[in-house]
Amino acid sequence: MASLNVNGRVVEIDAHPDTPLLWALREQAGLTGTKYGCGIAQCGACTVHIDGEPVRSCSITLGSLGANQKIVTIEGLSPDVSHPIQKAWLELDVPQCGYCQSGMIMAAAALLARKPKPTDADIDEAMTNICRCGTYNRVRAGIKLAAGI
Amino acid sequence: MADNAVISRRSLLKASAAAAGAFTLGFSIPFTAAEAQGATPEVNAWVVIHPDDRIVVRIARSEMGQGTLTGLAQLVAEELEADWSKVSWEYPTPGENLRRNRVWRNFSTGGSRGIRESHQYVREGGAAARIMLVQAAAKEWGVPEGECRAAKSVITHTPTGRTVTYGKVAAAAAKLEVPKEVKLKPASEWTIVGKPVKRLDTVDKLNGKQVYGADIKLPGMLNAAIKACPVFGGTLVSFDAAKVMGMPGVKKVVQVDRRSVAVIADHWWQAKTALDALPITWDNGPHASASSETIAATLREGLDAEQAFEGNKAGDAKGAIASAAKRVEATYSYPFQNHACMEPMNATALWTPEKCEVWCPTQNGESALAAAIEASGHPAAKCDVYKVHLGGGFGRRGRSDYVTQAVLIAKQMPGTPVKLLWSREEDMLQGTYHPITMARMVGGLDKDGNLVGLHMRISGQSILSGVNPQGLQNGRDPVVFQGLNPGGQEGPFGYGIPNLLIDHAMRNPHVPPGFWRGVNLNQNAIYVECFMDELAHAAGIDPLEFRRRLMKNTPKHLAVLEAVAKGIGWGSPAAPGTAKGLAQIMGFGSYVAAAAEVSVSNAGEIKVHRIVAATNPGHVVNPDQVAAQVEGSFVYGLSAAFHQECTVKNGRIVEENFDTYPAMRINEMPKVESILLPSGDFWGGVGEPTIAVAAPAVMNAIFAATGKRVRSLPLKNADLRRA
Repeated sequence: MASLNVNGRVVEIDAHPDTPLLWALREQAGLTGTKYGCGIAQCGACTVHIDGEPVRSCSITLGSLGANQKIVTIEGLSPDVSHPIQKAWLELDVPQCGYCQSGMIMAAAALLARKPKPTDADIDEAMTNICRCGTYNRVRAGIKLAAGI
Repeated sequence: MADNAVISRRSLLKASAAAAGAFTLGFSIPFTAAEAQGATPEVNAWVVIHPDDRIVVRIARSEMGQGTLTGLAQLVAEELEADWSKVSWEYPTPGENLRRNRVWRNFSTGGSRGIRESHQYVREGGAAARIMLVQAAAKEWGVPEGECRAAKSVITHTPTGRTVTYGKVAAAAAKLEVPKEVKLKPASEWTIVGKPVKRLDTVDKLNGKQVYGADIKLPGMLNAAIKACPVFGGTLVSFDAAKVMGMPGVKKVVQVDRRSVAVIADHWWQAKTALDALPITWDNGPHASASSETIAATLREGLDAEQAFEGNKAGDAKGAIASAAKRVEATYSYPFQNHACMEPMNATALWTPEKCEVWCPTQNGESALAAAIEASGHPAAKCDVYKVHLGGGFGRRGRSDYVTQAVLIAKQMPGTPVKLLWSREEDMLQGTYHPITMARMVGGLDKDGNLVGLHMRISGQSILSGVNPQGLQNGRDPVVFQGLNPGGQEGPFGYGIPNLLIDHAMRNPHVPPGFWRGVNLNQNAIYVECFMDELAHAAGIDPLEFRRRLMKNTPKHLAVLEAVAKGIGWGSPAAPGTAKGLAQIMGFGSYVAAAAEVSVSNAGEIKVHRIVAATNPGHVVNPDQVAAQVEGSFVYGLSAAFHQECTVKNGRIVEENFDTYPAMRINEMPKVESILLPSGDFWGGVGEPTIAVAAPAVMNAIFAATGKRVRSLPLKNADLRRA
């Protein structure tokens, strides 16, 4: 049994310590907003925040996490789609199929927290998530809109 | 423990909410039940109006990101004279469609057909509902129908100014006869169609609430992971279930069909972990020694074969080329590619001796239903499919192989819902791949540089042969000639060449082909448009001018080409270090062109700075969504052009994940300017056509930048370093 701090609550997870955080979130905690895309930290669909840092949850095991580490998933980013990134995404109709967007939004939110006025180069460096629908230009525009630049 | 209890309850609530969502889609069978209660009047098959004026538009096609859901709702709402702010949507089930004599017609969502093939009848559905609502109001007021007007969900009796909202008369309207003939509004009177209204499906994609197939959760549900023989044509010989039965959560190991085995467990991660540990013996079958090299050799043989199916013919191409002043020849090739939808294939099935139900992301609900019927052994009336939004489709989810598997697994766990989810690796290895082809292009130029003859020999795979052999015409696959035809929705070929022969030597490797966003337009546009560029350079004529001379009788093709040429500043000097390229084609009912501005570093690294796209889809239902499709198609097309190929070794696909099958990321994304030039006289598709012009425009720009002609994809294999 592992104890995690997810979206401000303590969650007891009954799973093998080798279980990736992604699957503990999806299957034990019932938080399916975090998506499985590749399982090898390539696509970023599973991005969550751990202590504010964007992390690919498919490639971090339950056993390696401490009870005090603060995990935030897309469900916990804001209570009502009010995070500036979510508002910008809504304004620009960024998502197409939407499957990658939880990870995309979490990566973008972490970027803005670190760099409130990111440059294009900052965006290129931070946003390495794959979107097969091809929303990249709206993702970039959304980050800039949220940043007020 | 108190916190834990809270979370447990919360998790349970969450799970129930997800299940309730699924139940809404499924078990309650929304319309018939609602109709019986009289709670939400179905005015007609397309329109449900609640007493509080909320409007629900029924959408038969599937939403996979392409925006068809919003576009189709706009078309219905336009004729309904609806207040757009009150419009939402729901999917009817394919089972319900069957029971109601296919009242919603075709569910198939591919070939950019969602809007272009159903705009007429969905608009008629909206118009019929409006007429019924007006009739109901007029009847209630005891006034002539002709004195009433409908606008923004309100009916007004013009002489008295009396008004009533749709919600108040919907129940009465539902009892009226559906009018057989309706008159549609002219485009000039549209107020919702043609406007960049917001998508109807965005909010839930921003907070994790959107339930995809991979997220389905039903009470008591188990999870399955599957492996099919990685060599196409191979079979499953045996597996040693005892080795994994003691692993955490494992419930059962089952043979699914002659080529697959699945582990069923409490959780998917447990099922996958056990499957990875399961000893499996395969019989790799007759193709175990096939490789990319053997397949390429087969295709090369086809380039010179005597027999070939004709696709487009005029005059005597071979004779004209033989007597031409100058002969130009080049051979191109295009690889296998996987769709690589972000959401791997999945389906959830519940089988009992009485019924079979499936929850799945599918591009074709009716095909998924047919698969469920066949696999379940139940009659059609006892089966249904509940569609959920797709985490990408791109053609892959037009196939129902994963639905068949899910039902065959669930059948071995009667009464227990089982969710089958493919791993990314399984998704990469069990694809239905973009067909592999080569093309030998031979052109003849006269002394003035005019193209007097062109022979295009395509050698390679036929999608129909693999997917739908009954669609072949005396062995010929007409789909191969997409964009190259003498006429029709998949052509016409854009160039008037006096002596022309386009033919196809069909060579079908053992790797299964499938419809892949852009289909055959992808490689056909590369072959034709890059070779046109080669011919222009050989003739010493500007590539745009060279094309213009051949496009006197294809003004719609030329108009989009001229638009992108103007947009990219063709003819004026390129920015230092950059070069430009052009391409055009017609397919999926629309005329498209692209112009790219590219630079290539001394180290051979390609950077696409800017692409200008022009589309004439006849009509534009939602310009913002068309722009999104154009941008997105370029990402899909350029990912394919730059990075993607599935190679074959020992009969199986080598690339298993995004590390060896990369997709374009944001740092590679060029600026995209999308020009829409709807001519208003036809209805074309927009999800796919522009994908085909991105790669040839970029490849022509690469030649302009480097003098090196790349003829084999993907571009990652090309050496563009400067000496």
